[in-house]
Amino acid sequence: MSESIVRALKCRECGQEYEIQPTHVCEFCFGPLEVVYDYEKLEGKFTRELIESRPQNMWRYKELLPIDGEPKVGANNGFTPLIRADRLAKVLGVKELYIKNDSVCYPTLSFKDRVVAVALSKAVEFGFTTVACASTGNLAGSVAANAAAAGLESYVFIPEDLEQGKVLGAAIFGTNIIGIRGQYDDVNRLCSEVAGKYGWAFVNVNVRPFYAEGSKSMGYEIMEQLGWKAPKHVVVPMASGSLCTKIDKSIKEFIKLGLIEDNGTAVYGAQATGCSPISKSVKDGTDMIHPVKANTIAKSLAIGNPADGFYANRVIKESGGWCEDVSDEEVIAAMKLLAETEGIFAETAGGVTLGSAIKLIESGKLPRDESIVLCITGNGLKTQEAVLNEVAKPRIINASLKEFDVLAEADGVK
Amino acid sequence: MKLRVYLNFDKKTVTEPVIWKLAKAFDVITNIRTAEVKADMGLVGLEIEGEADVVDAAVKWLEAQDGVHVEPIEQNVIEG
Repeated sequence: MSESIVRALKCRECGQEYEIQPTHVCEFCFGPLEVVYDYEKLEGKFTRELIESRPQNMWRYKELLPIDGEPKVGANNGFTPLIRADRLAKVLGVKELYIKNDSVCYPTLSFKDRVVAVALSKAVEFGFTTVACASTGNLAGSVAANAAAAGLESYVFIPEDLEQGKVLGAAIFGTNIIGIRGQYDDVNRLCSEVAGKYGWAFVNVNVRPFYAEGSKSMGYEIMEQLGWKAPKHVVVPMASGSLCTKIDKSIKEFIKLGLIEDNGTAVYGAQATGCSPISKSVKDGTDMIHPVKANTIAKSLAIGNPADGFYANRVIKESGGWCEDVSDEEVIAAMKLLAETEGIFAETAGGVTLGSAIKLIESGKLPRDESIVLCITGNGLKTQEAVLNEVAKPRIINASLKEFDVLAEADGVK
Repeated sequence: MKLRVYLNFDKKTVTEPVIWKLAKAFDVITNIRTAEVKADMGLVGLEIEGEADVVDAAVKWLEAQDGVHVEPIEQNVIEG
């Protein structure tokens, strides 16, 4: 069954509804638009058995993603491992810890492959032939790769100082890659003008409401992989704050559809201290977001004026969660800890998530005896610069057993 | 042309009549579509209508105001 249950685009502020179209702002109050669904149409039809019978990719939940029929782009994306992280749990002193590992998401090793699959599928449905994005890196690679695989023309706009791995990770797909002198917020500024002038599908501008819905698939997978239940606590990295709100939405949808019990899941946000407008707003007890100039090694989270900050703030407070932020040094330490305990090389954003979780545990905001899921959203191979000088260099010897024996002895190997 | 912007005001500027000054200084129609004002900051969704070069100049003037952050609505995009 694949009948669309998408009802409309609805303004999150004033509630005005719009037909499904490539737009993202309410004409009345300028509020952001969100896809809304007629869930009752799925009653009794969208079951655990149906989902489990489908291939292991994000589209096993396609009824809850805003596409018509089958996906046009990214048919194999998603469904990444959820691992029980007992070694890391032991270090942190917690009982039940899981890692949702989107650092191995297909095809470009970040959770952006989920949102891009929905955005580009929708762009094709709308008849666009060129897709584009403003990006801090992961999105650029994902748009470039998924567009290439779908035969779409693509333009990606990035800050010029981006990590080499991310530039290469987009350029290889033959996209038109444009480096902008300035920060991500400057890239956005240009893209707003480009989006207004050229008739392209900008995945995070005019098809943004559809794009953002793709994030929900990460939440659906977590719940299915936990044995059809929601975690008690989930920690999410925040740039715009969108993922935070969509994880929350995914849990509420599964509860509404009777797929899981309400577990009272609390959502926690993680930011880098050098760019922490949402974290600051939660800690200060306000709901207004002060834009900041970003300065952090976690470039994929370096959005100084987060579009969904207000909504992320609300989700965190209403769910009973909290926010934390970490220094660059803490990010690196957490990246190494995750790698050394669980064999997962996450990008800097992963260090932000784990580093913030550690602080939340230490402060008692995250209880040690309840289930915790950490959302890891990108791969460390793309941000190697961050840890290049932080790891041991190879010890060079000749191809001589004698020389190795000396090393082994020094290491205490028997 | 019509341009839609979000204006963020800080503690100092939140009590200043910035939009009034804008309309005095430039031949533009200002149309507030959404607003939230608190003690230490404010957020206004504003439509600015006028000749293209006048609207451009008006936005440049806004950007030059200390304590006012200007952002085109279309720029208000999500993470990348």
